Amino acid sequence: MTSEKQSTSNTPAERKPIRVLIAKPGLDGHDRGAKVVARALRDSGMEVIYTGIRQTPQMIAEAALQEDVQVIGISILSGAHLGLFPRIVDELNIRDIDDVLLFAGGIIPDEDIPAVKDIGFLGIFGPGTDTRDIIEFVRNNAPSRD
Amino acid sequence: MELETIIKGLRNGDRRSLARAITKVESDSADGREILRQIYAQTGRAHTIGITGSAGAGKSTLVGALAREQRRRGKTVGIVAVDPSSPFSHGAILGDRIRMQDLTSDDGVFLRSMASRGNLGGLSEMATGAADLMDAAGLDIVLIETVGAGQDEVEVATAAQTTVLVANPGAGDEVQSMKAGLMEIAQIMVVNKADLAGADTAIAQLKTLLAIADHGSWVPPILKTIAKTGEGIDVLADEIHKHFDHMRSDKYSGDERRNHVRGQIMDLTRAILQRRLIALAANDSALENLIEQVAERRRDPRSAALELADIISQQ
Repeated sequence: MTSEKQSTSNTPAERKPIRVLIAKPGLDGHDRGAKVVARALRDSGMEVIYTGIRQTPQMIAEAALQEDVQVIGISILSGAHLGLFPRIVDELNIRDIDDVLLFAGGIIPDEDIPAVKDIGFLGIFGPGTDTRDIIEFVRNNAPSRD
Repeated sequence: MELETIIKGLRNGDRRSLARAITKVESDSADGREILRQIYAQTGRAHTIGITGSAGAGKSTLVGALAREQRRRGKTVGIVAVDPSSPFSHGAILGDRIRMQDLTSDDGVFLRSMASRGNLGGLSEMATGAADLMDAAGLDIVLIETVGAGQDEVEVATAAQTTVLVANPGAGDEVQSMKAGLMEIAQIMVVNKADLAGADTAIAQLKTLLAIADHGSWVPPILKTIAKTGEGIDVLADEIHKHFDHMRSDKYSGDERRNHVRGQIMDLTRAILQRRLIALAANDSALENLIEQVAERRRDPRSAALELADIISQQ
């Protein structure tokens, strides 16, 4: 019981919650889904940075950099996923961000899922997803920041 | 990222290194403490400004407006925006970026959201540690926006060089409660949302309270702003700058400077002791024994607390 190390190592759960960025790119303004996911992740003990609607890929990547999040969740309903997602990944690459988990929610047709996964989005959660599945996915796949 | 890479990058103003360094400090890791120790010599160049006031006073909007004003003046800006953690899940939704979306695209601004992470007594350490890192990374102005009322406010205020207290018109009770300490730590008072009815009354109340408050060589100005439209923000920026100059002038006495540092060290020490207490409570059988003894009334709770305090101070 002597060192500072001892006293701080006892509260890892409180001191190191998973940090997640939830963003909505593009022009559709319907953010109920994004907010439901943000709240579910918060209620599971994560820290969620919510950026609001109409984010550009550049804004999303820059926010991810400044916030040093482990996870980025993108909500998209506009159908522009195949256009926007590669640009988000490009903007992350420009900033050397190669250790974040990407997932997407919203309307992504089944036939596009392989392409979206190829772009780098490991998880895809459509309408009707149980938020517990998203929480479990994030917990199991978020990279560590140690 | 390796510790050395982070520190070197931070000194060169690399934003990714800064972001990762804040993560290390925020998780209260040995790495974080090492980074803070190594970069401290590079700090002291930036002007650190605390923005405090109760929830809904318009702090985020004011911080955004102030950041834009500083950018117009050619200054780079770091922002530490603290929001509360849920006491139940310990999670948090951090929404300050929503009101500062335009600043995300400006590479002269670095905004970091931070959750208060409960009552671990570490907020001032985390938030002011992040501010030190931004300072070392070369940002000119660092704005620390805090959660609301409470001890954390006082701690952040003691760490910042200039503290701005934000109040609203019609908040009579709120102004009353400021008597209890917040008045003494603020160097600038702002009545925000000054277009609402009651702004002049709020100013008059603040003036009365200020007259009986104990301030040093600097007399806090009381200003009106409408952060949403940007009204009054230029005057606020001027006053903040004046206070910075004041602290560098010979009107600001050595005693005042030492008192400021004293507050900072005391607060950080309190935070460390509090963390040790929490850690002790989580793992040590000493506390369990004491609980048993007191529960069976074989011992009084005060002497039990004293014994616990002795254990902590011997660590």
